[in-house]
Amino acid sequence: MATTAELKDLCTQVRRDILRMVHAVQSGHPGGSLGCTEFFVALYKEIMHHNPAKFEMDGINEDVFILSNGHISPVYYSVLARTGYFPVEELKTFRKINSRLQGHPTTHEGLPGVRIASGSLGQGLSVAIGAALAKKLNSDNRLIYSLHGDGEIQEGQIWEAAMYAGSKGVDNIIATIDANGRQIDGDTDHVMPLGDIGKKFEVFGWDILKINDGNNIEEVISVLKEAKNHTGKGKPVLIVMKTEMGAGVDFMMGTHKWHGSAPNDEQLQKALAQLPETLGDY
Amino acid sequence: MKKITVIDEKDTRSGFGAGLSELGKKNPNVVALCADLTGSLKMDAFEKEFPDRFFQVGIAEANMIGIAAGLTIGGKIPYTGTFANFSTGRVYDQIRQSVAYSGKNVKICASHAGLTLGEDGATHQILEDIGLMKMLPGMVVINPCDYNQTKAATIAIADYNGPVYLRFGRPKVPNFTPLDQKFEIGKALHLIEGTDVSIFATGHLVWKAIQAAEILQEKGISAEVINIHTIKPLDENAVITSVKKTGCVVTAEEHQMHGGLGDSIAQLLSRKLPLPLEMVAVNDSFGESGTPDELMIKYGLDTPNVVDAALRAIARKK
Repeated sequence: MATTAELKDLCTQVRRDILRMVHAVQSGHPGGSLGCTEFFVALYKEIMHHNPAKFEMDGINEDVFILSNGHISPVYYSVLARTGYFPVEELKTFRKINSRLQGHPTTHEGLPGVRIASGSLGQGLSVAIGAALAKKLNSDNRLIYSLHGDGEIQEGQIWEAAMYAGSKGVDNIIATIDANGRQIDGDTDHVMPLGDIGKKFEVFGWDILKINDGNNIEEVISVLKEAKNHTGKGKPVLIVMKTEMGAGVDFMMGTHKWHGSAPNDEQLQKALAQLPETLGDY
Repeated sequence: MKKITVIDEKDTRSGFGAGLSELGKKNPNVVALCADLTGSLKMDAFEKEFPDRFFQVGIAEANMIGIAAGLTIGGKIPYTGTFANFSTGRVYDQIRQSVAYSGKNVKICASHAGLTLGEDGATHQILEDIGLMKMLPGMVVINPCDYNQTKAATIAIADYNGPVYLRFGRPKVPNFTPLDQKFEIGKALHLIEGTDVSIFATGHLVWKAIQAAEILQEKGISAEVINIHTIKPLDENAVITSVKKTGCVVTAEEHQMHGGLGDSIAQLLSRKLPLPLEMVAVNDSFGESGTPDELMIKYGLDTPNVVDAALRAIARKK
């Protein structure tokens, strides 16, 4: 177990990775990546039982994570690399030709840690349910974790999946929704108001937990741990996690504008100055 | 000419159901999913025998494809079942990203393909599915011709690790291939040897091609009939070898001309052996309600259409 200070240092380094990765190719999605940094660090460092040194697609007797909102690949790649799935140095290939670190995650290039392609939204909850059902068939007591954007739940397939998991009692899955209230075209309240996400899933038969500040690593860890205790009780578990898009960089917060745009040289320096190097840049 | 005899008349979807059930006994990793069409897909036997390995997902095809992709993470071999239209067009992006691009070992099993669905009409009669699926990188596309072959194909594809589209139909049709056949993906089957024209047929059109060859023989024409049960990967050697001998080609399928078997063979021959080619296929049109036989006649997919196409191809030979 890492100390909170160590986890915070890792979060800072992951944020530097995210910013440097998207800056290097002047493309990618820093906003949601920064907002979900604590979630990924908590999941991969403190919550999941997994084996980075020997990645197996089937994930037998391991916890399995499915990323549904694949555009936040920078945070995913940084945390996978910094927890030992592949060399940190490889982060510099992000979005470049001949890289395993595609713009959106894929199994196609054989990147350890990735079990499904995502990018086209709304598909990951179904995949997570399938992986959860396979665990049940295999009498494997480990869990399936998944992450989804809040804008993503505008996709109809999410509700097909929500209905299935709720009504069939797929209770070995912990899905989290990154409720940052923003999407490409603006605030979710402006584009397509989502209402009370937790209540919606609740009436579909889910057990609902909340993270009030998804950028507070202690709260994220505590609620994820609590969520584990809610599994195996006949209901799938949903965590509605409030985060700040762009968290950690003052000028990237409070707006949807950094959802899918990269900082220029000056903006990068300004951002990195707020996030002093901790574990060493790649 | 070799006389091919009909064993009985059965629907190919029942071949799928029987194959799935047999496979379930042999391979504990095989699981099945259905989107509220268990009876139509003949999956009830599997459901009854292996209730823990059967997943009824309701009328939610996108979710079904995603769950199937997820089940492979954990070593399962999922077979999804619904009508061909809902197996392909409705869930194209789910198949593209979560199955094909992700390289998942999912078998997409599609019944009621083509016009022979009959009275339900064009909303349900997909004639574009072969094209949709063969365009996906790495996707295997199989369209067996009768009950026995559909059963054999259903069992065989479990041994292949990768995404497969298996297409079959609703009506009872002549069952004429051996019950104990070994099904080999990508291996074309010579049914009748001939020298004047090569007829490459798939699915329900294979039997019509056989009948056409008999009619052509009465006219003194020796037609070769080859069953292309696997449209992708195409057995290029079998096609080239036959066409080198006969010098002209007919393709026959229950599908649009655009994107189907004929399209694949025309593309191959235009690169390697350009020779007269005629297609028996639906020409840029939706279907409509009617009996299967009426529809096959109206849309030009009947035995006389194969005969006429052969005569046209032969007439074009230099």
